[in-house]
Amino acid sequence: MSEDKIIITISGKDKVGIVARIANTLAEYKVNIEDIKQTIMQDYFVMMMLCSIKNADKTFKEIKDGIVNSGKEIDMEVWVQRKEIFDNMHSV
Amino acid sequence: MKDFNVQNIMETIEMIKVHHLDIRTVTLALSLRDCASEDIKITGRKIYDKITKTAGNLAKYAEDLENEFSIPIINKRIAVTPISLVAESCTNPDYVYLAQILDKAASEIGIDFIGGYSALVEKGCTNGDKKFIESIPEALASTKRVCSSLNLATSKAGINMVGVLKTANVIKKAAELTADADGLGAAKFVCFCNSVTDNPFMAGAYCGINEPEAALNVGVSGPGVVRWAIENMPKTADLGEVANTIKKTAFKITTTGELIGRRLAKRLDVPFGVIDLSLAPTPAEGDSVAGIFEAMGLEAAGAHGTTAALAMLNDAVKKGGIMASSYVGGLSGAFIPVSEDAGMIKAARQGVLTIDKLEAMTSVCSVGLDMIAIPGDTPVETIAGIIADEMAIGMINKKTTAVRIIPVPNKTVGEEAEFGGLLGTAPIMPVNKLDSSVFVNRAGRIPAPLHSLNN
Repeated sequence: MSEDKIIITISGKDKVGIVARIANTLAEYKVNIEDIKQTIMQDYFVMMMLCSIKNADKTFKEIKDGIVNSGKEIDMEVWVQRKEIFDNMHSV
Repeated sequence: MKDFNVQNIMETIEMIKVHHLDIRTVTLALSLRDCASEDIKITGRKIYDKITKTAGNLAKYAEDLENEFSIPIINKRIAVTPISLVAESCTNPDYVYLAQILDKAASEIGIDFIGGYSALVEKGCTNGDKKFIESIPEALASTKRVCSSLNLATSKAGINMVGVLKTANVIKKAAELTADADGLGAAKFVCFCNSVTDNPFMAGAYCGINEPEAALNVGVSGPGVVRWAIENMPKTADLGEVANTIKKTAFKITTTGELIGRRLAKRLDVPFGVIDLSLAPTPAEGDSVAGIFEAMGLEAAGAHGTTAALAMLNDAVKKGGIMASSYVGGLSGAFIPVSEDAGMIKAARQGVLTIDKLEAMTSVCSVGLDMIAIPGDTPVETIAGIIADEMAIGMINKKTTAVRIIPVPNKTVGEEAEFGGLLGTAPIMPVNKLDSSVFVNRAGRIPAPLHSLNN
């Protein structure tokens, strides 16, 4: 179900341990990573993760706060959004 | 996005983060027809109970959705059945009391505005309507969140000129009663020709008598996104291409509104009403309809060509947006409120955007003369003349037009009115000094126009 899917976008200065830090938090909340893409944009590291919160045992808000806080600890900006907003916006 | 496309994700985030894409308002339309009674206190209690019970979770659910989709919802609002109708059967209708009840209920449930302190008088006033209209200035001065509107004309009924003059008095008095806030009372009032019953935008939102028990209407925004899309095109792109880009952008903006609207309606357990495809600017830098004209290649709003640019923009927004939603309604188009748009404010300050040019623009925009500050000593008859002109444009062109104008007490051309927040800052614009008083005092109605021989 697309309702269970979220997109996490992480951006900031490239450094060691970004993927590890975020993935660790996701595992803690039982959020499953289904795909990862990453790129460098104007010297910034940008990573997007497609995840499922189907089996997560916390609410959306708790999960989002957790991931955003993990990002803050390593000085990265994190966006967590339900995937539907992208599905709707970019297809007729 | 069928799969997982990096570019689409980046574009969406950039639209929200940099170009001010937001949901301008989620407005719950709520019928108060079952709140009528002979005793004003009972009516008041029923209204308060119904609003707090039905819309108690509106703000919370909207905030949840903001968080889940990371898109700001700027305002949460309620639109109710015109109070003139709800309270008319009360033996001693104290309308201001009901305005205060509406304000109290709105404050209790944490919403930004409540609209529907309204009357529909395009063909004339009932005894109740007359008393109601007189109560508007005090109602606006003694409340914070209540918005008021009057429908003075339609293409089928003509223009109620008695109502027009009364309305000019209401505007003047509402401004005077709130003189310490630059006439803020008048900024919470609008008069219409061809008002719409499902409009989610203030000050003109009300729940029409043809509307269901409750419905959730959504107003989108996003002039910044449209401007950005046009700026990314080469200067040599022809206007067909520009119109196409506007359509595509409007589609993207609207899908988001539709998604949030449907989700919120479901959580509130009310039907989804309409999405209003309006480009509503804010005073924030870049979030400007005037900025779109500049991106199209005009030096500033007000330049010759502005009306043509606005006509194209207004039409393209509708064409693109309509594909993205099952139900489109409200005012749908581009708003041109002067005080709420950084580019308009700048043009007005420079004196290149005049009230006459704005009037011409209203013949092709989605609403009308909006958030325009004029000198406090402008005669009531001149204000009535401004209203009559605007009503005529709507009546003849079978479109909605409106006037939200603020005669700023004790201020004049060269000074500015400060309304704060979304309502912004308005440089006071000069008005024509010629006398309209005999014309507007003739009373009667301007008859409805012929609906054939359209030349």
